[in-house]
Amino acid sequence: MSKTAPRAANCAPSQRPLADTHAPNEGDGVETSPSVSDRIAKTTCYMCACRCGIDVHIKDGKVRYIDGNKDHPVNRGVICGKGSAGIMQHYSPARLKKPLLRTGPRGAGEFREIEWDEALTIATDRLSAIRSADPRKLAFFTGRDQSQSLTGWWAGQFGTPNFAAHGGFCSVNMAAGGLYTIGGSFWEFGEPDWDNTKYFMLFGVAEDHDSNPIKIGLGKLKARGAKVVSINPCRTGYNAIADDWIGIRPGTDGLFVLALVHELLKAGRVDLDYLLRYTNAPVLVVQEPGTADDGLFVRDADGNPLAWDRVAKRPVSAADPEAKPALTGSYDVGGQRCVPVFQIIAERYLGETYSPDAVAERCGVDAGTIRRIAAELAHVAFEQTVELPVAWTDWAGRRHETIKGRPVSMHAMRGISAHSNGFHTCRAIHLLQVLLGTVDVPGGFRFKPPYPRSAPPGPKPAGKDVRPMTPLDGMPLGFVCGPDDLLVDEAGRPTRIDKAYSWEAPLAAHGLMHSVIRNAWAGDPYPIDTLMMYMSNMAWNSSMNTVETMAMLTDKDEAGAYKIPFIIYSDAYYSETVAFADLVLPDTTYLERHDCISLLDRPISHADGPGDAIRHPVVQPDRDVRPFQSVLIELGARLGLPGFVEKDGSPKYRDYADYIVNHERMPGIGPLAGWRGKGGGSIGRGEVNPDQLQRYIDNGGFWHHDFSDDQRYYKMGNRAYLDFAVEMGFIPKAEPIVFQLYSEPMQRFRLAARGHGDVQPPDAERSRIEAYMDPLPFWYAPFEDDTVDLDKYPLHALTQRPMHMYHSWGSQNAWLRQITSQNRLFVHHQTAAKLALADDDWVWIESINGRVKGQIKLIDGVNPDTVWTWNAIGKRRGSWGLKDDAAESNRGFLLNHIIGDQTAADANGKRYSNSDPVTGQAAWFDVRARIVKCAAEEAGFTEPQFERFQQPPNVEAAPDKLSFGAAFRMKREAAE
Amino acid sequence: MTCLPARTDKKLGLVIDLDTCVGCQACVTACKEWNTGGHMAPLTDIDPYGGHVDGVWFNRVHAYEHTTELGGRTVNFPRSCLHCEQPACVTVCPTGASYKRASDGIVLVDEDKCIGCKLCSWACPYGAREFDTDVGVMKKCTLCIDRIYNDNLAEEDRVPACVAACPTSARHFGDLGDPASAISQLVEERGGVALMPELGYKPTNRYLPPRAHSNRAAKVDAPALEPIRAEGGFLGWIDRMLSN
Amino acid sequence: MHPAFSVVFFTTATGAGYGLLALLGLLGGFGVIPADFWLGLVGMALALGLIVAGLLSSTGHLGRPERAWRAFSQWRSSWLSREGVASVATFIPAGLFSIGWVFLGRSGGWVAVAGLLTAAGAVVTICTTGMIYASLKPIAQWHSRYTLPAYLIFSAMTGSVLGNAVLQEFKLGSTAMLTWALLATLAGWGWKLATWRYNDRLEIPTTANTATGLVGGTVRSIEWPHTEENYLLKEMGFRIARKHSAKLRQITQALAFAAPAVLLATVFVLPSPLGAIASVLAAIAQLAGMLVERWLFFAEAKHTIRLYYGLE
Repeated sequence: MSKTAPRAANCAPSQRPLADTHAPNEGDGVETSPSVSDRIAKTTCYMCACRCGIDVHIKDGKVRYIDGNKDHPVNRGVICGKGSAGIMQHYSPARLKKPLLRTGPRGAGEFREIEWDEALTIATDRLSAIRSADPRKLAFFTGRDQSQSLTGWWAGQFGTPNFAAHGGFCSVNMAAGGLYTIGGSFWEFGEPDWDNTKYFMLFGVAEDHDSNPIKIGLGKLKARGAKVVSINPCRTGYNAIADDWIGIRPGTDGLFVLALVHELLKAGRVDLDYLLRYTNAPVLVVQEPGTADDGLFVRDADGNPLAWDRVAKRPVSAADPEAKPALTGSYDVGGQRCVPVFQIIAERYLGETYSPDAVAERCGVDAGTIRRIAAELAHVAFEQTVELPVAWTDWAGRRHETIKGRPVSMHAMRGISAHSNGFHTCRAIHLLQVLLGTVDVPGGFRFKPPYPRSAPPGPKPAGKDVRPMTPLDGMPLGFVCGPDDLLVDEAGRPTRIDKAYSWEAPLAAHGLMHSVIRNAWAGDPYPIDTLMMYMSNMAWNSSMNTVETMAMLTDKDEAGAYKIPFIIYSDAYYSETVAFADLVLPDTTYLERHDCISLLDRPISHADGPGDAIRHPVVQPDRDVRPFQSVLIELGARLGLPGFVEKDGSPKYRDYADYIVNHERMPGIGPLAGWRGKGGGSIGRGEVNPDQLQRYIDNGGFWHHDFSDDQRYYKMGNRAYLDFAVEMGFIPKAEPIVFQLYSEPMQRFRLAARGHGDVQPPDAERSRIEAYMDPLPFWYAPFEDDTVDLDKYPLHALTQRPMHMYHSWGSQNAWLRQITSQNRLFVHHQTAAKLALADDDWVWIESINGRVKGQIKLIDGVNPDTVWTWNAIGKRRGSWGLKDDAAESNRGFLLNHIIGDQTAADANGKRYSNSDPVTGQAAWFDVRARIVKCAAEEAGFTEPQFERFQQPPNVEAAPDKLSFGAAFRMKREAAE
Repeated sequence: MTCLPARTDKKLGLVIDLDTCVGCQACVTACKEWNTGGHMAPLTDIDPYGGHVDGVWFNRVHAYEHTTELGGRTVNFPRSCLHCEQPACVTVCPTGASYKRASDGIVLVDEDKCIGCKLCSWACPYGAREFDTDVGVMKKCTLCIDRIYNDNLAEEDRVPACVAACPTSARHFGDLGDPASAISQLVEERGGVALMPELGYKPTNRYLPPRAHSNRAAKVDAPALEPIRAEGGFLGWIDRMLSN
Repeated sequence: MHPAFSVVFFTTATGAGYGLLALLGLLGGFGVIPADFWLGLVGMALALGLIVAGLLSSTGHLGRPERAWRAFSQWRSSWLSREGVASVATFIPAGLFSIGWVFLGRSGGWVAVAGLLTAAGAVVTICTTGMIYASLKPIAQWHSRYTLPAYLIFSAMTGSVLGNAVLQEFKLGSTAMLTWALLATLAGWGWKLATWRYNDRLEIPTTANTATGLVGGTVRSIEWPHTEENYLLKEMGFRIARKHSAKLRQITQALAFAAPAVLLATVFVLPSPLGAIASVLAAIAQLAGMLVERWLFFAEAKHTIRLYYGLE
């Protein structure tokens, strides 16, 4: 957003108020100026993960309506379908009322209400025992948590490495793929330059994640007539408005992208200057097969990677701005043969494996289309360049009179992420962007501060040394740079319960929440005592293989004890997972609590400047519920965790609000970056400011800093930006960030697999590590493709999140569920015709893992080999405050039932998590399926069905009628 | 009075850009949320948590597949009152509850006069009117008449809730009776169309057609890529490029 | 369109009622049939009873029946309001006519004027009823030149067959009346067949293309804005299977037209009281058949809103 950009998103002349907004004298008695609110509270939305600013209009003590905050950097006044339905979320009959203690068998939903003190005592006693014996026996996983900088730190203070949030089944492939390549990523840490891009490619993006920013951006592209190309098996939502829809076969995007790379290389349409300046393309790589250095960078005595100076004809530091590095050739340095990274790139991708003709059939995209897209990319990138009249200085002190850009941008998400080849596919997309010279340039993909950071960023995951009563020496999640950083024991076995950072998932930057229940149940790698979870429906739509997951949660050992001995769960609603908990800690809604959307976690920055935000209570709870973060802080104090108590043992923080203001992660750096320092005059670093929260509230609930014009682009090598980033504590040193097209950390794993180094994989893992820790992106078939009989299961089965819903939260909402309360399976007409299926038929959707029944809807806008449905609609009877006849539990279905949580057994009989072998990302888009028309008597209702949950005590039945708003009108009319 | 005004001072209405609408339902729930507490409050929801949930909404989004010989496209299609110039929903009303305002052309229902005969909903070809079975009266889009002139709202907020909410800027508001207005210009420029013009209702609202597969489509006229044929192929080319 | 029983019954009953009322007004007023108290009482009670029952039934369709009086106000634009005004206004001459013809046993003179006005009121009322439907452009099956005559013909037909039955009961039947009733039934039959034929071949210019403004090719609905039935679908999205509809058309023809026609034809030759019984049976069969006809009139009417939902 440039400084001259208008404040709100919807501000075209055709979207403004009338020139004269005085009511005309119609004489019909309509009250055109009713009073709408007594006060407006500005806070942050939580109807999904986007963190938009909202204005909550309070009337007569109730929420009258919620709309977008026009000043907010994320949504600039707009609000999505979920955001406006927040009222129904807040006044939901599914809300929990009081702490619950299980009384019946696990999974039945039989509880008694207890007081908070009893609940916290139970938890404290249990956790205290764990901490003094073996802290690993607490597994703490937090789902859709927006407070990971607190929860992760809490886990670290407790001393357990077994912490993660939901990233493992969401988008770790996108995060890791980006962070290991360019030091930033799609969505969270980057965004397209919506104002300048002329050609936008959207890969595998369903209608979720960054929802309003993407929609605002697409609106800008459409207003300008810029071209939008979508690569997606499904033609819905954003893909519907694409100028060019490419209905690719699921899991083949990497192949498609590398074919584009092939075409661009073949035609010499790559930005050599950009590659030399900002990437490791010129860095020399040792080519001495069999040696311990093979594939590693050639470095000088100080450890700096070297390049070959083609003029001086000698190795030079790759970081030397005066060097004239070669990109091709083979050289001898210190007796070792070596070649520049780019030489390896060219050799690999110019190979016929990646030619459009070779990939077309597999991708389901004809070669001509691939060639055309490549030509269009090249044309826009190299012939339609943009140049902003702003002078800037690069890291080496070179002044540039303008900012030049190649206006091609890309965005990718779930469709790439949720495959077992997602990490490499994501890297392939970044490779394509970098070859075109379009990362962090005008019109390209831009970083959001605090990114870019070095690729990968520090720090490494803590948890090598776990001892009773001892905090970890850092945060449980981090980035490994080689085998030495793994969390494995001497035999190479995982030491985390989710097997993150083990040979099975080396770059597991977000952990593997989806593996926790199975591993804890199986005692693999070890049994645990307590599973504590927050805000993630792991017994239902957050897990794969739901049927078995529920069985594992309730399974008992020979002595009759539950295999997962104790489960603590915090949720605001009566979700399917609550019934499986032993102790339930009821959370508040987002309108009732404090939160911080922190630069230490996932902030609200955009490419033109950093920002963070808060939530604050805008209405008071009408029940005995507490915000989970405050509960966690109290638990921390009760347990005496070092960070949570003063020297005298008294609680350090009153509650989460107190923590937000007073906690310092490093001196001067706390959860919030705005208004630091005594008078509130500092940003980024500064003393604790006791008035900080009020300053946020006064500013509309957020803080945002706008860059100067010369800081906005080329952040990886822009001196003005890098200096600022150091000042803010984003990066340690004002050094350029070099894009890692070739990933040396990955090669280190490969070398270990080849028998080099102190930390080596067990023999059974060597071939897997060798294959998948390829330092350059490559494509391989999603695992299920190789293990399933594709004649039997010819279809890909996908889910998409409806734009108006966020997991089960949305589908219990009285307004949103009216839009979708039964999900159909969308099937291509041709596919249905081959199977003799008609519109509205009921079918069994079968995979090797099981079957589920649903109703089909025939469409044309889908890859013919793909079927798909909306996710998280299907519900278990008795949950979410819905009535027994609700469509969600009778006609809606959950595809998760047929998605395996494990791969098929390999040659050694070993079954891995059904995940990407690099990052551990759950591969729930890999599933192969077939559809079979069900018998006539089976039509009309979904299966499998599960026993109805009992209701918690004192829950009132959901109402038969909602007249929300009638009270406002009555009061208004009474006053007239 | 159900006789129509001979002319209206303004023709306020909406323009919906089908080229841009992603079907996100933002306008739908923003409308529901504003209006359930607004002029026609409440927009009752029957069986809100059961199997036959049925609520009153003023704005609904359909999804279609439009397939021509030039190709197929998925089209998200918001549907709401078009505030017609010849609204038969008004003239059929036996009680005077339905009326068209002479000042701005907004079609409204005066709930106090409505007997709930539903004939107006039969007369509307567009399905813009929804009956509130609980209150027993017909309800419909008011073009946010309690927003667009509301002195209690900030000036900038005086637009219909659906327009304010729309994240893709696919919704526009203004005086379609004034050919010089920004919204009329937009309709002109983008070839905006009226729905079911053959029925003669003369809708005020306009829809901007999708651009893909049309002469308004975004295009990149890129020449086909030519492989480097010079000596040494691609790698040779690099060397020459770098030594220049 | 949803065939709500209240409306099906309302239009059928008032059609027959006003048809009979007009017949009695004309025949009684001008002395074609004698001013017999019991004949008058039964005839007028039947006519007015059907009308009142129909009107009451119609208020059952209202969301706020207590405000029904407001419906008299908008006669300048609204056919429904005009119907309300006409239907009630007709009670004034009908009342006077009843006093004169039934209670005073008179015909001719002011009674004839009242009878004539009653008949005129009845015709106007039926016209307004027909126009309510005929004026609705979103429903092509109704918005046709067949609808208004249909209401008039069916009203005359059911009124005549009823009138004939009443007269036959009172042994006042005549060949002329019988012939008229038979001809009216045949006319009704013919008109209904013509209407169905017209509707079945109807090429409606309004399509999913014009409804959405998407030009050319096909426009197919892939997702509704809501997954459960809403007001629009319940009221205007009513679907009837072609097979089901064909069967009901046969029932309509049998009950409303064929059976009454045959029964009425037999009356020409049947001795009393068999002729009277046949006449009553004809009337009962026809009214039952007309309820089916009216149900189909709604059920087969397709509102343009269906196009938005991709319903055929």
